[in-house]
Amino acid sequence: MLVLNRNFFLSLIASTAVFSASAAVADPTLSIMSFGGAYQSAQRKAVFDAFTAKTGDKVVEQEYGGEIAKIKAMVDSGNTTLDVIDVDAPTLQQGCDEGIFETLDWSKIGSQSEWLPGTSSECGVGTVVYATVLAYDAAKTKDGPTKITDLFDTQKFPGKRGLWKNPATNLEFALMADGVAPADVYKVLETPAGVDRAFKKLDTIKKDIVWWEAGAQAPQVLASGEVAMTTAWNGRIFNANKEGRQFKIVWDHEILDSDLWVIPKGAKHVDASLAFIKFAVEPQTLADMTKFIPYGPVRTTAAAFVQPDIATSLPTSPQNMTGAITLNNAFWGDKGDEIRKRFTTWLAQ
Amino acid sequence: MTLALPHAGTAPSVKRAVRRADRPARRAAFLLSLPLLAFLAIAFVVPIAALFTTAVDNPETRSVLPDTLRALAAEPSAAVPGEPVFAELAHDLARAGKARTAALLGKRLNYEIPGMRSIVMAGSRLAAASSQGPWRQKFCDSDPAWGDPALWAAIRRNGARLTPYYMLTAVDLQQTPSGGLAPVAPEQRIFLDILGRTLLVAATVTLLTLFLGYPVAYALTLAPPLLGAIMMLCILLPLWTSLLVRTTAWVVLLQSNGIINDLLIGMGLISKRLQLIFTRFGTVAAMTHIQLPFTILPIASVMRTIPVAQLRAARSLGAPPMSAFWRIYVPQTLPGVMAGCLITFILSLGYYITPALVGGPTDQMVSNFISVYINRDLNWGLASALGVVLLAVTLLIYGLFLRIVGADKLRLG
Repeated sequence: MLVLNRNFFLSLIASTAVFSASAAVADPTLSIMSFGGAYQSAQRKAVFDAFTAKTGDKVVEQEYGGEIAKIKAMVDSGNTTLDVIDVDAPTLQQGCDEGIFETLDWSKIGSQSEWLPGTSSECGVGTVVYATVLAYDAAKTKDGPTKITDLFDTQKFPGKRGLWKNPATNLEFALMADGVAPADVYKVLETPAGVDRAFKKLDTIKKDIVWWEAGAQAPQVLASGEVAMTTAWNGRIFNANKEGRQFKIVWDHEILDSDLWVIPKGAKHVDASLAFIKFAVEPQTLADMTKFIPYGPVRTTAAAFVQPDIATSLPTSPQNMTGAITLNNAFWGDKGDEIRKRFTTWLAQ
Repeated sequence: MTLALPHAGTAPSVKRAVRRADRPARRAAFLLSLPLLAFLAIAFVVPIAALFTTAVDNPETRSVLPDTLRALAAEPSAAVPGEPVFAELAHDLARAGKARTAALLGKRLNYEIPGMRSIVMAGSRLAAASSQGPWRQKFCDSDPAWGDPALWAAIRRNGARLTPYYMLTAVDLQQTPSGGLAPVAPEQRIFLDILGRTLLVAATVTLLTLFLGYPVAYALTLAPPLLGAIMMLCILLPLWTSLLVRTTAWVVLLQSNGIINDLLIGMGLISKRLQLIFTRFGTVAAMTHIQLPFTILPIASVMRTIPVAQLRAARSLGAPPMSAFWRIYVPQTLPGVMAGCLITFILSLGYYITPALVGGPTDQMVSNFISVYINRDLNWGLASALGVVLLAVTLLIYGLFLRIVGADKLRLG
């Protein structure tokens, strides 16, 4: 019976969940998977089309919601049909640890030292930095919140608050609002007393919280007036504003995280894929991305290519970085399961 | 309705002859149903078997630390083993580091002891970096956790081929060091609560669809053909719309600045906007709407078979209208009611998109957690165990249902 367990599941999922156009042999068609939406459309304009124009290699796009299960199922089934995948940082760590991604030959990409700390690894090449920030609707609130402590100040800023339904980012925001220095956040969270402290801080606004799950829900609850302010991913707020909203971002104590390019194990066009990644993270390409979506380039050398008026709206811009921290994915890899269970019981109380 | 069988009193030899004469037909019927049986085996039996296996399978420790486990067996009573075991551990972890399997072990042990993921990964790097012992000292110096009896108890425990861990976790239990069972810490107890809430929501939705759907089904059978066809279309139309679309429509209706609140305020019925979305009410309302056709259709199809003349006969024999309806009509619709309720109840147990979008944090059902454990955490053991629990509960309720109502009372059409 044991033979049918995992492998069976895997091939079952693989056959239904992931498929792509079979690649032509002569001129490699790269099958690239990313997160869809405005983000992938920015990649299409700044990266995919330019890459095809330059090299003649075609790009076939796939979309997913960040489920590592899909990638694992494809790799384990022994038929890796995708060439390059855009993953978030926790996925990178898990997939790299478990051998789901290829280790990369950095000599074919660039000098790893040019990447911001924590945005490159032996399996992944950082592409953008995004931030979880506080946001409010300036059309409804004239004197809105300006710092992270305002999220917890229901006296001064009455009304509901939107928060991501996940302990990650919320415990960090709670501790920073409670006076923990950004550099010490994970030191405090390592201890049970620190986790207690974070939950206690969240308790103070618990009855005022509206929880969102999908990234698109955050601007939606803000636009509908469901909440007075919400945490959100900065790109979503930017996009809502492009559609006519007047949302304002509070950059204070933003929490940074990055997306990375990886090559799944067993990918068929590794050389062409490496060439694609090299092109995708060139300073000029990264700077071009910022024209379409305000995610900061992870490569320090790209900053010089970014238009000055855009630079100020990036999470990596110096004036936006007050009290900023980077999400510690190693911490969440270790303690995530335990804390998420506690978070679930806390929600139900 | 059963017919009185004519051969009830005939001799056994005749029965046997009849059976023999039937045999070719039966064989043909069996052969014809073979494709279906094969399909059921592939689409149903095999996945469920895989589900059960995954829920107890425990390959990680055995495959990553084979030599360590063998050496551990030689020291059965040591709380923290000696140098020989640590030397094998170094050997195993160095090999696992190269083969990129150390993370599998780390993740598996991390379920039982939070933080083990990092400890195993660091141990694997340590083993790869140095070539010489003393390993016990090196490991314990790098992280005191390697000297913790709990860690070694976990490794010993997981040397077994099968594990009760996932099934126990799925019902909020854990193994004590002495081998007994104990509930997990209060802040880690989530799954029984979620299961209870799943059952409660499913039961509420079932009752609501029955109360709303029964009159509709009755009206449907009484309506003239054209009107009946239009009504049927209205009932079926939502079924042809995507579940996600219908759920999103409810978001639009229920949100604080949504249509329902606007209407109520406009009519002056309320002065402060009601919190309708992200509540249990919202979840139940949306699910009831989605499930209504599943309850109505079996009831209506059974109602169609009941001759209207019976009600008239009851009236003409002196029964008051209500009494005629309750004593003559309703009992005959029970098979449809039971079938409709059962379908709705069982389908409701598996909901997850609707509670995720319309419900609040306390409305998430078992399926939401199964999906998270499959997609995000890659903890397929626990996902399978939750699936097994859900399946067991469903079968139990189905069994109880048949017991109370009787299998012959169930009719789907």
